[in-house]
Amino acid sequence: MFDAADLQAIWLTVRLAGLTTLVLLVVGTPIAWWLARTGSRWKGPVGAVVALPIVLPPTVLGFYLLLLMGPHGPVGQFTQWIGIGLLPFTFWGLVVGSVCYSFPFVVQPLQNAFEAVGDRPLEVAATLGARPLDAFFSVAVPLAKPGFLTATVLGFAHTVGEFGVVLMIGGNIPGQTRVVSVQIYDHVEALEYAQAHWLSAGMVVFSFLVLLALYTLNPGRKRP
Amino acid sequence: MAGGRLVVDGHVWQHDSVFLPAHQRPLGYVFQEASLFPHLSVRGNIDYGRRRSGHALDDGALNRIVDLLGIGTLLSRRPAGLSGGERQRVALARALAVGPRLLLMDEPLAALDLQRKREILPYLERLRAELKIPIFYVSHAPDEVARLADHLVVLEAGRVQAQGPLKQVLADVATPIRLGEDAGSVIEGTVAERDAHWQLARVEFPGGGFWVRDEGHEIGRRVRLRVLARDVSIALQEECRATSVLNHLSVRVEAIAGDLHPALTLVRLAAEGQSLVARVTRRSAEALALEPGKQVWAQIKAVAVIG
Repeated sequence: MFDAADLQAIWLTVRLAGLTTLVLLVVGTPIAWWLARTGSRWKGPVGAVVALPIVLPPTVLGFYLLLLMGPHGPVGQFTQWIGIGLLPFTFWGLVVGSVCYSFPFVVQPLQNAFEAVGDRPLEVAATLGARPLDAFFSVAVPLAKPGFLTATVLGFAHTVGEFGVVLMIGGNIPGQTRVVSVQIYDHVEALEYAQAHWLSAGMVVFSFLVLLALYTLNPGRKRP
Repeated sequence: MAGGRLVVDGHVWQHDSVFLPAHQRPLGYVFQEASLFPHLSVRGNIDYGRRRSGHALDDGALNRIVDLLGIGTLLSRRPAGLSGGERQRVALARALAVGPRLLLMDEPLAALDLQRKREILPYLERLRAELKIPIFYVSHAPDEVARLADHLVVLEAGRVQAQGPLKQVLADVATPIRLGEDAGSVIEGTVAERDAHWQLARVEFPGGGFWVRDEGHEIGRRVRLRVLARDVSIALQEECRATSVLNHLSVRVEAIAGDLHPALTLVRLAAEGQSLVARVTRRSAEALALEPGKQVWAQIKAVAVIG
């Protein structure tokens, strides 16, 4: 069924998607909160930037990330200066790329959920003595729980499904950057159709189950 | 608003550069919709503010409020399973549990139907009697105001049109209180007698007494009576035998003012500190030669006991 290289790719993919989702929830939540509640004129531009990865070809995203994180890019010079070397063609480089790539799939469900919560529950919390941060965690987060579920599932699944960005900034290093989608590509190149089938069918089943869970556990909410 | 100054119980909440954020103001706020937190039980809702307040009610005081509002059996339920009236009572308990210095109620009954309103009003009355803190109650409903208010501020388009003790403001025909059909006055009295045969109760007050429907209030109980202006007519002589009207009062005309329609006029009548307002036609007012200072009889067709 799966050989050692396949299993390694699967494990790498799960780690990458898990870490990426975690980072996205931490980074995306405040941005989604701000987008949901701000009246600032920057709301439009910031919202558009957040949505860019939906429409851009992954190669464009990968190309610019490569430049930014490369030896002459600002991010690359920074990572060299703090002594962790260069990110492209490493696992952590992939995490950074995946965070950018899956950003809208986490931020937008959260933003929708926070908008649906509205002002009133937070006003009530304030009259009951809750500071803004307290009200956020004790009222807004529980009420936006469906949004967090959607964001987590979509962020994870979308990262599992990425290919272009991985090829651009990760390459094809076993155990480092060779995720399932790249592994399938390799199998097909090598005419190992049986192996490609196992992994591809696995992806189809996984994606179906994820979406099924999303649509049944979380009914009545609009998808982004 | 510029130049505003808000001091509650000796603490400045807002003045010049001082602006206390809402979460630092020890107030209880009841919104038009109950706005309970759907992810918490009734008890969770009540405890939410209590845990965050430095002067929350202790268990005993909270239990009294819970009993008074009749929500003891709901504590483990979720807000989604409650009726509108129950939700609003829970919201009240939640607001009071923080031990507020001030209770703000923003049209708390406006979102409820008549049935639910009737269900809650008695609770509000009991609260008004028991609580030692001021209650700010915003309402568009003259019946709620007549029933609950002690001090009335009439606002129109954001400006104060009239303010003062309830009875005085309601009876002040010179201030254009746009109560329309609901224009009327409030009298406070004591139940003095109950007639089992006719099912009537006599409520006495300085200056006289009225027979009203016996609503079951025991003798000695203080009650509020509401008399609508349209239910008061004016006669020059006491004609107690030849009429179906039970209640008559010897009164003095205090003031006469215009009304909603040019055919009508509002007449303020007074008897020993009690005020009544009568709505009569201008033609009748002229036929009776009504003028301030004139002694007349008020005939009151309907009196409502409002708690």
